[in-house]
Amino acid sequence: MSALEMPLLNVEGINKSFGRQQACREVSLELWPGEVLGIVGESGSGKSTLLKILAGRLPADSGFIHYRSTEEGIVELLGANEAQRRRLMRREWGFVQQHARDGLRMGFSAGANIGEPMMALGQRDYGHLRNIAKDWLRAVEIPEERLDDAPRTFSGGMQQRLQIARNLVTHPRIVLMDEPTGGLDVSVQARLLDLLRRLVHEHNVAVILVTHDLGVARLLADRLMVMRRGQVVEAGLTDQLLDDPQHAYTQLLVSSVLGV
Amino acid sequence: MTADDNYNFGFLDEQTKRMLRRAILKAVAIPGYQVPFGSREMPLPYGWGTGGMQVTAAVIGADDVLKVIDQGADDTTNAVSIRRFFTRMTGVATTEKTRQATLIQTRHRVPETPLQAGQILVYQVPIPEPLRWLEPRETETRIMHALSEYGVMHVKLYEDIARHGHISTAYDYPVLVNGRYLMRCSPIPKFDTPKLHMNPALQLFGAGREKRIYALPPHTDVKPLDFADHPFEIEHWPEPCALCGATDSFLDEVILDDKGDRMFVCSDTDYCGERREAGHRGRMSPPENLEAAE
Repeated sequence: MSALEMPLLNVEGINKSFGRQQACREVSLELWPGEVLGIVGESGSGKSTLLKILAGRLPADSGFIHYRSTEEGIVELLGANEAQRRRLMRREWGFVQQHARDGLRMGFSAGANIGEPMMALGQRDYGHLRNIAKDWLRAVEIPEERLDDAPRTFSGGMQQRLQIARNLVTHPRIVLMDEPTGGLDVSVQARLLDLLRRLVHEHNVAVILVTHDLGVARLLADRLMVMRRGQVVEAGLTDQLLDDPQHAYTQLLVSSVLGV
Repeated sequence: MTADDNYNFGFLDEQTKRMLRRAILKAVAIPGYQVPFGSREMPLPYGWGTGGMQVTAAVIGADDVLKVIDQGADDTTNAVSIRRFFTRMTGVATTEKTRQATLIQTRHRVPETPLQAGQILVYQVPIPEPLRWLEPRETETRIMHALSEYGVMHVKLYEDIARHGHISTAYDYPVLVNGRYLMRCSPIPKFDTPKLHMNPALQLFGAGREKRIYALPPHTDVKPLDFADHPFEIEHWPEPCALCGATDSFLDEVILDDKGDRMFVCSDTDYCGERREAGHRGRMSPPENLEAAE
């Protein structure tokens, strides 16, 4: 098999419980280069827990995460040492949080926020950092003159776009997104979704998108996974799954949304 | 003055000094690494040099000659009281001359007179963790040190340049020690930072409240962080020292009146005095014939 025919990420049998509460039960998935995988489900279905495990922010009870990295071959992330895992995350992964304030340094300027991942990778040229930061502000439709303003003076939509710029600046191969449009009003959401769709395709990044909003999933995701009580109940191509849901729970989910 | 017999030599008990020496040995073995230690209560408040005093108490010997500096001066409150404390607790000889001292405890300055092999310089450190204001979790900063994840430190310098057009961090400048550990140099002006590099003396850092000791063994590589297009630079002054005419020392600005008159004078009193004795003169030195008449 050539590299293109292999998944970027191969997740097998992830289990995670909090005491007697099982948040993830035998969850498996594959993520291919450049595709957007949506994980949908009601709140408490374990989708955010799964994302945190994938990002290495929460230890799993059992299972495997095989990641095909550019430089280090296939790495099993749950068993990898902290140094290697963090190095891969820094170089090849991004994480967009639901609340921009969790993913940004609110006290530092927008330029510093975009520059930080590059500085973490060893970039030591101030002028270069600034030029790239300016390019990225333009790319996420934030006026260039806000480069030296702190994100706390930004609107919610701008903060979220800044967070996306910060995550894409190092050209990651995988970006994890946890409800990126949550808490934004509808018109801002629509604009952010357009932007995300454009950037994801331009930069050919693979995305795992966790959302409870089927509309967002429909717009962005190529494939969907439906989770309920920690288990994957149905998976398939987005349009197929939403137009012709097989599982009773998916049918309920789809029918409960207006105008998808 | 002889030692007060009611106290153990150097105030601390022998087991405590032993614990401190073990921490210091470990710190010397891993330059720039912060070694935790059991900080004791000292007879003066945190922030007055309790960390430096404990390190001094652990390494001082009966034949040491002690010098204590506060902001470059030997005659300020902090310097006087710490010097008197160690005179009473150990009976060792004290001096104000950098050349004569074998052990120097300092706050906020490195002496202008170059240190020599065999001398020990002890710094009083308020905050040992360079990443403190960037990452509040101590558990996380320890991981960052362990994995050399220091990119975030440049964010602070970036922000300086974005705001002020140059790196405005003027004291406690972050340095990379021996190519490995990020270290705070205690609040010395960045003018003094290059003196740490390849210094032949042993440099010890003690933080009493934070319970950390770290060290720079003699001839250790110390590199200030900077950007390729904004390199590290030290301060410059518009005029030489008004008393001794020195152009190569750290100068304090002294306001003389409410008409804008000011003078610049060496912050290192020993260095300035030594130069004046050698005949160097500055703008505000008394006329030579007056000096001769005295």
